[in-house]
Amino acid sequence: MTTLPLTWAVALGAALSSAATAEIPANVYESPEPAKPAGRLDEIVFAKLSSLGFQPALCSDAVFVRRAYLDLIGTLPTAQEAREFIENPAKGKRRELVDQLLERDEYADYWAMRWGDILRIKAEFPVNLWPNAAQAYHRWVRASLAENKPYDKFVRELLTSSGSNFRAGPVNFYRAVQNRTPEGIAMAAALALMGSRADRWPEERLQGMAVFFSQIGYKPTSEWKEEVVFWDPLRASATAGNTAPGRDAIRAVAQPAGDEPATPAVPAEGGPRTAMLPDGTRIELPADRDPREVFADWLITPENPWMAKSIVNRVWAWLLGRGIIHEPDDIREDNPPSNPELLAYLERELVASGYDLKQLYRLIVNSSTYQFSSVPRTSDPEALANFAIYPLRRLDAEVLIDAVNQVTGTSDLYTSAIPEPFTYIPQGKPAVSIADGSITSPFLALFGRSARATGMENERDNKPVPAQSLHMLNSSHIQNKLEQGPNLRAIIASGGGPERILEQLYLTILSRQPTADEVAAALEYGSAGEASRPARSARSGRPGRGNRFVPTRARENWTDITWALINSAEFLYRH
Amino acid sequence: MSPNQDSESGPKISRREALRQGAWGAAGMLLAGGLASGSRAAEPGKTQPEAKAKSVIQIFLWGGMSHNDTWDPKPEAGREYMGEFSAVIPTNVDGIQIGALFPELAKQADKYSLIRSMTHGNNGHETAAYLMQTGHAPGERLAYPSVGAVFALFKSPGYTGMIPPYVVLTKPQGRFSEEGFLGPKFKPFATGGDPNAMRFEVEGVVARNITDDRQKARRELLGKMNTLGNLMAASPQMVAAAEAKEQAYELILGAGKEVFDLSKEKPELRDRYGRHTFGQECLVARRLVETGVPYVVINYPGGWDTHKDHFQTMRRQAPQLDQGLAMLLQDLSDHGLLETTIVWCCGEFGRGPKVDWQPPWNGGRNHYGKVFSVLVAGGGFKGGRVVGSSDEKGEEVKERPVYPVDLLGSIYKLSGIDSGARLPHPMGAEAYVLPAASEGAKSAGLLTEIM
Repeated sequence: MTTLPLTWAVALGAALSSAATAEIPANVYESPEPAKPAGRLDEIVFAKLSSLGFQPALCSDAVFVRRAYLDLIGTLPTAQEAREFIENPAKGKRRELVDQLLERDEYADYWAMRWGDILRIKAEFPVNLWPNAAQAYHRWVRASLAENKPYDKFVRELLTSSGSNFRAGPVNFYRAVQNRTPEGIAMAAALALMGSRADRWPEERLQGMAVFFSQIGYKPTSEWKEEVVFWDPLRASATAGNTAPGRDAIRAVAQPAGDEPATPAVPAEGGPRTAMLPDGTRIELPADRDPREVFADWLITPENPWMAKSIVNRVWAWLLGRGIIHEPDDIREDNPPSNPELLAYLERELVASGYDLKQLYRLIVNSSTYQFSSVPRTSDPEALANFAIYPLRRLDAEVLIDAVNQVTGTSDLYTSAIPEPFTYIPQGKPAVSIADGSITSPFLALFGRSARATGMENERDNKPVPAQSLHMLNSSHIQNKLEQGPNLRAIIASGGGPERILEQLYLTILSRQPTADEVAAALEYGSAGEASRPARSARSGRPGRGNRFVPTRARENWTDITWALINSAEFLYRH
Repeated sequence: MSPNQDSESGPKISRREALRQGAWGAAGMLLAGGLASGSRAAEPGKTQPEAKAKSVIQIFLWGGMSHNDTWDPKPEAGREYMGEFSAVIPTNVDGIQIGALFPELAKQADKYSLIRSMTHGNNGHETAAYLMQTGHAPGERLAYPSVGAVFALFKSPGYTGMIPPYVVLTKPQGRFSEEGFLGPKFKPFATGGDPNAMRFEVEGVVARNITDDRQKARRELLGKMNTLGNLMAASPQMVAAAEAKEQAYELILGAGKEVFDLSKEKPELRDRYGRHTFGQECLVARRLVETGVPYVVINYPGGWDTHKDHFQTMRRQAPQLDQGLAMLLQDLSDHGLLETTIVWCCGEFGRGPKVDWQPPWNGGRNHYGKVFSVLVAGGGFKGGRVVGSSDEKGEEVKERPVYPVDLLGSIYKLSGIDSGARLPHPMGAEAYVLPAASEGAKSAGLLTEIM
């Protein structure tokens, strides 16, 4: 049952009277409670902030609910979820929400997406994992996150697994590098697990670490593009130039007419037996042990600072937009942390928790520091570097299109056109849950989804470019969703008058109630449309589907209002 | 009027200035951050002034077009090789014959040259496409940008147009990331829409059913309702967002988009290009080049991957290619643009010279990277020549192989882009426009015989 919405002119009078209690906009975004330390983490941050003279403020409940959903599960709260949270009077509701979100399925989807960037989960060019292997790799990552596998265990499995690329997901770590030499793999491991760019290391150090990865064999099977990754101490499968034989075999299959046949080399006898750990220690490799295990066991030792430092810094950067050491994958001595004590505290907590990642998320997200307002008090860059504000960041490509689709009730098509037959993802599956970086859409490519070529954090590029603005402001892709999206149509047809509709739109799109000023602006837009733009619908209007008595112009106005909300910074940015 | 509106339309003084300074590329900024040290440092924007070519139109025959049936016919090879297309026709250049499917191109042979000895030996779509458009071997440690993205990088500092410098009509190729490691700024701008439709609706630029009045009203509304954006208008993120939005509105509401309005052309001219998507894409390409867009790709609407139904598909598609491409050359010439515009046309490879009559192909041709043909014209390339040759059946290069670096190197050379220039890599990795011989790239030299 739909009732006719009130006309815009009638609604205007009502709105103007309530607009008298105009709010200061910041109040929408900030809590009246003063910001105080909620634990040891905050004490460390607050001490630093007060020494620098910064006075942070806490975000409002409405900001928090949106922020926590986006940051923990990469998904917008629904209107109902937002309303229930905002109206819930319970004291500990923020903490409770965090616990709930960490148990949602989307938690694993979203963080598997992030890890997919770091671990380069992509079937085709340039890392060429191939589709089955990309799916197996992703499945393992996602399952590890869902079961909250201790991080040290996760790392060890990643580094030491052997088996088929189609069956043993983590072996693909050794396949998802463009340069599959021992040095190339050492650099990939240093980047992903130590947050360090090994191309800046002394040559000797990199060569020494590469020795740990010099006994990896790759063996093709009779199944197309399957290969087995294994410890190959005798290097029975080695070929010239350290190129993996499986890869050459695949090439040979792909290019029967190729004019660069792989030349198998005589297997080198023995090979280097002395490796060097990244801390400079030389180590003799036992002949009876996979050197990958030797390296992994060193890396995951609690006394070893690299792994814990890298992961707590990365998670912090993922949640707060900036590493304590920044960039989070550029840890080196001459790039010091902005707050060494904070970093050390997080490392200790992670080790003490038994490498419990969810506990780390909890620790950070429940802090007052994470819950600071994003409205800056100062333009001093030190405020950002010391986390006095929560920084604005544009939503990631996948998160943004999922948000648009959730709000409008529409879906996108994701495909990979490379292997034939083409791959299609079932309709309605969110973009954050796509396993394979080769499965994509024009929107994802345009909005800077990671190319998953290098595993660098900065491969995901959220900087605005004009072509993105064109798309959001004026593309048929977005316009069709706004005009035809069943969720929006349902809200607009729900009756109860323009203010009810507006409230529902705001909760759906921005996860909060509109302010009186915003109600006034929206209603004014509607009424101005009646008076001064009479020709518009005559030219562009089409008879409405469903209810032909709804004035086309009124629907156009609603479309324009939702268009404005979707193009507002508040929708497009984490804040 | 209100402060809200001001923040929506940006700081008035610097806006146009900023836009004029190569807003679409901003390669300089990227370079400053990305270039560490290097012997062969790039200086994008410093393309050689004597360069003949100002723009490039690349017609990409996705899937790979047969060379035997088109520009390198082998009438003597018999039905096993030539299938249904054994007929050849003379061109307006003595001694050059092409397949009978191309009567219009036959009349324009003085304007283009045919390379009949293109070779790379790669038979995978995506790897061959990458090879043809980057010059780099697939599977190297880096993902290189395509030639179009390199043009955007080098040309955008001096480019003042409102249209992005690297445009693809109408859909991106999508088999590899054309921007490579240069990042999303160097992605081709894909127009979407269909230039053969009543109205060419360029995605994001020309919207259906939205009048300019409504656009303006909406923009004003957004200014008022952008509460957080207005509150934080001074933050660097919001300043960057406002700049991107401003540039978008220059296209949405500005005059720049008229380049896509084909109603500004005479209907007779449009007819001569052909009232089909490809023909009208060729016309849009000419208009884009006319306004100074450095690199335009026409990603052929429909594919040439004719494993099956080969002869049928050729009979349907080739006449459109013939009409549109021939008219493009004529029209560029009529506008005095052929001198300064390189046109190149080919697929990622050719197709098997020997017809596969067995099921399931039933008269198809498969991938063939060993030898195939490329058409090049304008911008300093001579017309009326043939470069190299294939053997009597079109199976091997007979003389003068042309490798991808030779073709791309020649295009760069004519455009004043140094093939040895270093490219800005985000991690500071060493990367150059084209691979050097020392990196193992096969080369038989630039196409000096037609330059």
